[in-house]
Amino acid sequence: MALPPPDPQFVLRGTSAAVHTLHFSCGGQEPDVPTLFSGSENGFIHVWSLKTHRVDAALDGHGRKSVYCVETMGGKNRLLSQGRDQRICLWDLAEGRTSVTDSVFTENVGFCRCSLLNVAQGRWLVAMAAKALEEVQVLELPSKTSVCTLKPEVGAKLGMPMCLKLWQLNCGSQPLLLAGYEDGSVVLWNLSMGKVLSQLVCHQEPVMSLDFDSEKAKGISGSSEKVLSIWSLNEQQNLQVYKTHKLVNAGISDITIRPDKKILATAGWDHRIRIFGWKKLKPLAVLDYHTATVHCVSFSDHKNPSERLLAAGSNDHRISIWSIYTQT
Amino acid sequence: VCFIPGGLDCSISFVSHVLGKVCIHGRQKEILSVLVPHLTDLTKSDCIWQRICWRLVECVPDRWMEAVVLGFVQGAPRADVLSRLLGNLVVKNKKAQFVVTQKVLLLQYCHTTAVLQNLLGYLSLDSLRRALLIKVLQELLETWGSSSAVKHSPPEQQQYISKAILICLSHLKEPEIESCRQELFTSMMEGVKCHLDSNLPQIRRLGMIVAESISSKINTDGPVLKFQYEEDDEARELKSLLVQTPPSCVVPSLPDDDRNEKADAALPLVLESNKKSHTTALVMPDEESDAELDSDDDLIPYDMSEDKELKIKAPVYIRDCIEVLTGSEDVDKWEATVKALESLIRKNPAATREVSMELAKILLHLEEKTCIEGFVELRQRAQVAVLTTDPIPVAKYLTSQFYSLNYSLRQRMDILDVLVLAAQELSYPKSHGKTKHSGAQNPCVQLLPGSDSSKDWRRIVDERIKSKTRRFAMGQSQAELASCPNEFNSVAGHFFFPLIQHFDRPLTTFDLLGEDHYVLGRLVHTLAILTYLAVNTVAVTAMGKALLEFVWALRFHTDSYVRQGLLSCISSVLLSVPTERLLEDMTEELLETQSWLGDVVEKDPDGDCRRLALQNLLLMENLKKKLRTVPS
Repeated sequence: MALPPPDPQFVLRGTSAAVHTLHFSCGGQEPDVPTLFSGSENGFIHVWSLKTHRVDAALDGHGRKSVYCVETMGGKNRLLSQGRDQRICLWDLAEGRTSVTDSVFTENVGFCRCSLLNVAQGRWLVAMAAKALEEVQVLELPSKTSVCTLKPEVGAKLGMPMCLKLWQLNCGSQPLLLAGYEDGSVVLWNLSMGKVLSQLVCHQEPVMSLDFDSEKAKGISGSSEKVLSIWSLNEQQNLQVYKTHKLVNAGISDITIRPDKKILATAGWDHRIRIFGWKKLKPLAVLDYHTATVHCVSFSDHKNPSERLLAAGSNDHRISIWSIYTQT
Repeated sequence: VCFIPGGLDCSISFVSHVLGKVCIHGRQKEILSVLVPHLTDLTKSDCIWQRICWRLVECVPDRWMEAVVLGFVQGAPRADVLSRLLGNLVVKNKKAQFVVTQKVLLLQYCHTTAVLQNLLGYLSLDSLRRALLIKVLQELLETWGSSSAVKHSPPEQQQYISKAILICLSHLKEPEIESCRQELFTSMMEGVKCHLDSNLPQIRRLGMIVAESISSKINTDGPVLKFQYEEDDEARELKSLLVQTPPSCVVPSLPDDDRNEKADAALPLVLESNKKSHTTALVMPDEESDAELDSDDDLIPYDMSEDKELKIKAPVYIRDCIEVLTGSEDVDKWEATVKALESLIRKNPAATREVSMELAKILLHLEEKTCIEGFVELRQRAQVAVLTTDPIPVAKYLTSQFYSLNYSLRQRMDILDVLVLAAQELSYPKSHGKTKHSGAQNPCVQLLPGSDSSKDWRRIVDERIKSKTRRFAMGQSQAELASCPNEFNSVAGHFFFPLIQHFDRPLTTFDLLGEDHYVLGRLVHTLAILTYLAVNTVAVTAMGKALLEFVWALRFHTDSYVRQGLLSCISSVLLSVPTERLLEDMTEELLETQSWLGDVVEKDPDGDCRRLALQNLLLMENLKKKLRTVPS
């Protein structure tokens, strides 16, 4: 007899707007407090303390326009946020400061979340949707120099880039970019040459979100239809469909694989969070707490496995925190 | 004078005279059925016999030429045979030319397709005669494109001309098409406009097919005109005329036909989606290697039985529905409401009656917000439900809106459809307690309101005539159906009279007697149905009288669809109004109508109208007989 799904460990309230993005920063040593950053539709970034479950600080840097991506750059004192005001802001949060140190004007009015990759000490690559409809721009931070612009060939009709993931096999190797597009295809780009290495049509509808496991060379993408698509990258850098999984209700807004690569979580338009085993995509749990579309899911980076958490942000203004499958 | 082998001279003219005289007396078939096969064989390879044959027909005196030529055209098995037999008669003889190019094609329409094929094929086979072919085509197109011809000539003649045009097109060669491309184009544009204006679907379709064919001939590359119409045997037959099957002997037009056939088959405006232009490899995985230990096994799944499809709940109260339909931004809820509305209305008649006017208004103006399957039907059923639940105020509202400004023609016709469906539902006998709200299926008569074709009406009147008794939808046709009060009785007048009141008052956007004659046709048919459904009601006599006057006012309308509707109105009146009332209260109108019917039977160009008028006259006769047999 299977157990009923667990309830959330706790629920964070207080954003008073839909939550579009979440990011944990819990890897620090004591006396660092484990923190969760959330970006909301009203333009605020809330810094939550996971000890007190209250907001420590509220950052207002995007002119009250929706914030749809937050990431930390090496520790929780440096934050990157992306908003609908067409800007990416870099924040300095050390010692209680809340100031924007730098910003990049992307000129992009879409919803594509940028992707951050640490390529060397103090050097980052950020990939974002560019001004032109089908293009992806890669910049180096903090210098803000352009590394390349990835333009699909004429007549490819990929549409807007919907989701991006920068990755490299190990430190020092070539960074590559996986991009999911409006026409349902996932493209692997080579950054140094700015060329397409492989393209795979995974979905009939736009790719809403994707995540990639570079160790196993396997990735997963979700779309507005009822199908999850799992694809793999072979030695020739070619993408191939590995498996598909049919869902009960259509629409996935976010997918994320836990850092230990054991499980993954999907955020659904049907208000539910689904947990799958990553190896064989075995359905493990359906977490039904929210009363509106779940926009984002994120796993924590706790050093101690038993403390690991899963957070989900939804249109109903709540962030639910779950402790699930922490024993492995 | 010609000669035969052996050096003998002889004169053929005597034979021609005999042939001509026989033909003019109507014996073409007999004599030519013997003569033509003989001549066909003889002229196959022997050119002397060919010349004899030509001389034979050339010498026929003019006054008998028509009969002879017609006989040959009808008797010859194929166009090339006709060519051998007649030679260049049409070029040499004025009368023959007139018969072939004018009389058979434009003034008569009784000949079969085979005859047309022979004739036009004959014209195409010789270079001297091809000029005539072009001339013929131009004249045919002129007739096809003339709006008065489309309005007033019988559908059979229009079909005949269309067939002739298609066959001509099939014979035309590339250089000839080049030279008259512009003319073809202009005539096509004019003709297609007149045809699409017509109310009869058959005429519209003929126009569409011919226009498509012309377009495919003149634009062999590039986009081709393509209409959407029902493909049935008739359409397929017409289209097959465009392609010539090559006869056994070599015909120069053959390679052209092949090419044109390909052009016909080319799909216009195909937008290739190049999504799949990159190679994609869809590799389904082989069985996962069993060697891989499944470490997922130690992750125990939770209970997921609650995970079901997310269903949006529709509101359960009528007032909630109104709220959702008027204001709500939530499209999922709106969709669910539209789907659930009809059953809610029927389950809550009391609640619906409170808000019936509001609901009727909302539904009349309801537009498709998202793409729902069967939206139009859902809306119509909801409207019918509202109308049957609270007939009088809603009927008042709908009939007043029919004549108001700023409605589209589609909306006005929707009003008519809804009134008819509701009337049908109200007048249908209901079994104990439960209401049957699916479209009433009557074993005797099937009513299909809202359909464009007048065929259903013909069928109804036919069946009535056949049965010759006044057995109707309501009441005792089946023993099981208990008789109960006809709910349509109390409201029939409310449905009928407002509709008939203002038909002659034009508004800025709506003029029944002017351009909007299609809506007028629909209105007339609607009035006929309403009268028919009002049988055994109290108001039917008044309705009948008003309807007869209405028919009298419109009896000379130029549109045949409207006239068919008027004749159906008369049928309804004759069948619904009790005979005694007919003869007492409406004698004058009936006499006038009878004389008009007689006129229609003789002079109306439309076959359907003539048939309906005849049936009405029969009905009248039957009524008179019935009255005579009943002791007064």
